[in-house]
Amino acid sequence: MPIKDYIRERFFPHMWCPGCGHGTVLNSLLRAVEQLGMSKNEIVVVSGIGCSARISGYVDFHTLHTLHGRALAFATGVKLSKPELNVIVPMGDGDALAIGGNHFIHAARRNIAMTAIVMNNKIYGMTGGQFSPLTGVGGMATTAPYASIDRSFDVVELAKAAGATYVARSTAFHAQECTQMIHDAILHDGFSVVEIMTQCPTHYGRKNKKGGPAEMIKEFKDITTPIGSKAKQENPGLIERGVFVEKDLPEYCAEYDKIIERAQGGA
Amino acid sequence: MSRQVKFVQGNEACLEGALYAGLQFYAGYPITPSSEITEGLALRLPAVGGKFIQMEDEISSICAIIGASLTGHKVMTATSGPGFSLMQEGLGYAVMTEIPCVIVDVMRGGPSTGLPTHGGQGDVMQARWGVHGDHSIVALTASSHQDVFEMTVEAFNIAETYRTPVILLLDEAIGHMREKLEIPEPGELPLVERLRTSVRDGVNYHPYLPREDGRLPMSDFGGVHRYNVTGLYHDMWGFPTSDPKMVHGLIRHLHDKIENRVNVLARYKEYFLEDAERIMVSYGCSARSALHVVKDRRLRGEKLGLLELQTLWPFPAEIVRDRCVGKKSVIVVEMNMGQILHEVKKAVDQPDNVFLANRVDGEYITPPDIYKILRLIQGKGV
Repeated sequence: MPIKDYIRERFFPHMWCPGCGHGTVLNSLLRAVEQLGMSKNEIVVVSGIGCSARISGYVDFHTLHTLHGRALAFATGVKLSKPELNVIVPMGDGDALAIGGNHFIHAARRNIAMTAIVMNNKIYGMTGGQFSPLTGVGGMATTAPYASIDRSFDVVELAKAAGATYVARSTAFHAQECTQMIHDAILHDGFSVVEIMTQCPTHYGRKNKKGGPAEMIKEFKDITTPIGSKAKQENPGLIERGVFVEKDLPEYCAEYDKIIERAQGGA
Repeated sequence: MSRQVKFVQGNEACLEGALYAGLQFYAGYPITPSSEITEGLALRLPAVGGKFIQMEDEISSICAIIGASLTGHKVMTATSGPGFSLMQEGLGYAVMTEIPCVIVDVMRGGPSTGLPTHGGQGDVMQARWGVHGDHSIVALTASSHQDVFEMTVEAFNIAETYRTPVILLLDEAIGHMREKLEIPEPGELPLVERLRTSVRDGVNYHPYLPREDGRLPMSDFGGVHRYNVTGLYHDMWGFPTSDPKMVHGLIRHLHDKIENRVNVLARYKEYFLEDAERIMVSYGCSARSALHVVKDRRLRGEKLGLLELQTLWPFPAEIVRDRCVGKKSVIVVEMNMGQILHEVKKAVDQPDNVFLANRVDGEYITPPDIYKILRLIQGKGV
């Protein structure tokens, strides 16, 4: 199916700024879905609030644009009530890990089969460039005019610690890698997290003197390396990309089906 | 007809009513004095093939039930004051997106952590205005376990009929008290099922385009119609808009669908009103003491009556006004500082004749508490 069959074409051009990385994520998401050959009727995209959350309006699936930080909570209700649906939850870094941090760790702990895509641009874009829990020490933002003293989360480490059973990281530079990861995450029978580092030239880039979109995308190439690469040994400051966790553990909805059996006198 | 008879807590009467109404999905978080509803449904819901989930907080609980409602299920959550505060965000979302759901608030003493194991009726105004922004809401209450059961069923019926969240305002005294409950036979109480669209696959479905009768047929997530749901102002497809005409149309619709049906949504009980010279207006546990006083004084020849409100929002102002016309005095009995008192004053012709009999120390309001106020009103001294 042509890619445009997966989008709501009448809403294009999209509202993201020129040079924003979120469009690359949308592209990867749609290509992954296309490769999977899934019916559009069996996919639900649940999003919260922010630039990233607007992705739900552009895709021709069942779409639920919810409250800031609460996407995974809504998604949990969708998934548990109708487990046959494929639930994909694109979120921003602030959406997923500040206001939505609690829902994030608990969705991971339950291992409910949903795909969380954290579009990490290290900033609150829609509200105008305030620092997020991913900005990190030294980062500049409208609410960190003297540079941020807030330490950053590591999305991968947090997801691992919380119990996510598929955890991967890539960047907007590595679009094909992103597609593969989203593809695998959707297929994964458990809670999956894909962190995609994306550029926000308008807010993060400008405040932190990162240059234009091209320079920012190129930086993703320069500051990341595949997991366990030789480059990482030589330069421990590099951020690793790849699949960090992929394991089979009991999935929540399947486990609940067993509860129903038990409650109804079986087993 | 043989009804099953049980001796249960009010909270159990509520969950029995929910199961009777066809509850299929429940998400909740433990909080006194509502936990028995959550515990009971953890046990009972899977036995009827439903789903129960204990969420990480009340915020996620209401969000989860909204998600589950969208896949076509009857849903509920239950909480108490502090949790109800956390749910306001999700409640507003359900109002805006017109998603049927039932939210039970078993009221305790507030504000803040307040009195977890003591009673109160202080959340009446929070039910009305806890959500930011202009909106309308439906809130029901009940004073006996039989009524708790029936009002729970009503809550589901109203939620499905008008595509709206419905709040069930119970209180600690009712929630924890035990009394008899007769479970109606299947079919005895009418049940409203989800109105689903008859629009066929391949034909445009508009989730927010009302039919001629004003109702909005739904389509389950996962079905053949893919649409958008958003808490932003939206058009008839569910897509965001800030077009002033559409914004105005939507807020009018959200307001009017409730406020134009005040009398349709009004549930109340009348006791000895025909010849009453003085009338009490009460609801929930307070109405039990008020009724006791009415019956007791009737034995002594005093012409007292009681109007027990079961719908608090939208406030049945016309009915209250009508029943209070010509009365020597109106006594509002409630366990707060006068939240319904002001609504009654607004509704009646002679607001100066409206008095408050209340108790706000966490103890249950008793008949002697009400007698004291009555004596004062009657000029009999303290």
